[in-house]
Amino acid sequence: MADSNGSKPTGQALAERVQGSQAWGSIFRPGSIFRKGYSDSPRNRSYVIMNSVLYHLHPVKVKRHAVKVSYTLCLGGLSFFLFILLTVTGIFLMFFYRPTAAQAWDDILTLHTAVGFGLLVRNMHRWAAHLMVLSVFLHMARVFYHGAYKPPREFNWVIGVMLLQLTLLLSFTGYLLPWDQLALWAVTVGTNMMGFTPVFGSQVRFVLLGGVEIGTDTLLRWYVLHVLMLPFVTVIFMAIHFWRVRKDGGISGPL
Amino acid sequence: MTEIPEHLRKRAEEARQKAAGAAGADKPAEAGSTEATAPGGESTEGRIPVHLLDRSKAAANQPAPGADPAPGGGGAPTPGSGPDGHNQRLLTVVKSGSIQDTKSVPQDKVHVWPHLLVAEFLAALAVTLFTLLFSIFVNAPLLDLANFNQTPNPSKAPWYFLGLQEMLTMFHPMVAGVTIPGIGLILLVMAPYIDKNPSKAPEDRKFAISLMTVHLMFWAVLVMIGSFFRGPGFNFIFPWNSGLFFEL
Repeated sequence: MADSNGSKPTGQALAERVQGSQAWGSIFRPGSIFRKGYSDSPRNRSYVIMNSVLYHLHPVKVKRHAVKVSYTLCLGGLSFFLFILLTVTGIFLMFFYRPTAAQAWDDILTLHTAVGFGLLVRNMHRWAAHLMVLSVFLHMARVFYHGAYKPPREFNWVIGVMLLQLTLLLSFTGYLLPWDQLALWAVTVGTNMMGFTPVFGSQVRFVLLGGVEIGTDTLLRWYVLHVLMLPFVTVIFMAIHFWRVRKDGGISGPL
Repeated sequence: MTEIPEHLRKRAEEARQKAAGAAGADKPAEAGSTEATAPGGESTEGRIPVHLLDRSKAAANQPAPGADPAPGGGGAPTPGSGPDGHNQRLLTVVKSGSIQDTKSVPQDKVHVWPHLLVAEFLAALAVTLFTLLFSIFVNAPLLDLANFNQTPNPSKAPWYFLGLQEMLTMFHPMVAGVTIPGIGLILLVMAPYIDKNPSKAPEDRKFAISLMTVHLMFWAVLVMIGSFFRGPGFNFIFPWNSGLFFEL
């Protein structure tokens, strides 16, 4: 062993040995840049996509037109990315937050003052949420102006409008959670409006608030909606949305 | 393989029987009138029409017209020189696509890695950086603890609902809060089924584009007014005179 590696630097020899091991080869599938002997070839370019659970949302190849940033402005992809960013920062916030009227506001204050990076992560969560509402909205406008909702993509537009509403609901349910004056009264205005739903007005309001007035039950209800139910539904709709993009022949063509 | 259609198989069967019968009776001249493709030979010369035979002999005597002969091989017969102006019999028509699927227009495609993934990565990086930097310098609002006995003036909904709140000043709450947004959403969902125009070109979609732009602008203006031009009592103000009454 020592003889055969005698001329090579030890670092390089070690890297080669690790990369050649069975364990390494089993972790990094063909096409991974960490694999031994990776080279830039059409075959490896295809493998990169095919052998990655994340990337294989994409096809191996797309129309040349589809990679033009000036066409999509990346808005759909950014909406998805912001959703991921919000999930990550949101999970962090969940460690320090209890959804009761007695504790919620204090927990946020503690997060600001006593938790490392607490304020920063909360800021990121808030600004990314506003940004996501904006990017989803702009994505819809972009799709409309390109006529990309036309056959065969009609149904994906419908899914998209659902996703827009889910985004608004996600943002609105999160609005109440800090339990400060802004949260309480913004949600009061919003739910009062929903109370005017014809026929079922008071029932809708009761279900939304978990009672006749905003209180600790509302907080729990909206917390569960915000961190579990709405993201769950959103992920399902996003899966259908992305799947349909590919089934309908990739993104729409040039104008 | 493709199945041979029934009528063609029957026809081939008949022709084979006919040929066998003719060979048995040794009367090549009678049977050969329709068989133009019999193998060459002394006895079969009578089957080939004389003018075709002459032409093929003339073609064989001529030297090759160029260094690279046509891929079909042999000299192409002058059109319309046969009987009734035809040189070939039409045996059958095989439609394109029934045997091999040819794509009419080849697509110009690129590999997703690296072309698309690099763009996506850079976009994600830019947004992360923007969010991070913005979050370092601007704090998310945290007002006083929620207090049911103290209504802030003005009380505003989140910014994306401020258009609705703005309409509350004009209409009955059921109209402003439920009917108008409800109809708007239904129309939005139904857009692909209402808009029957197949063209995607902007010049063919003037009406659709105008309609959408008017509505988006209408909405944006309402949100702006609700956000920046409404003060205490939700009365109209100018932010440069009375200050901002807006929290994100």
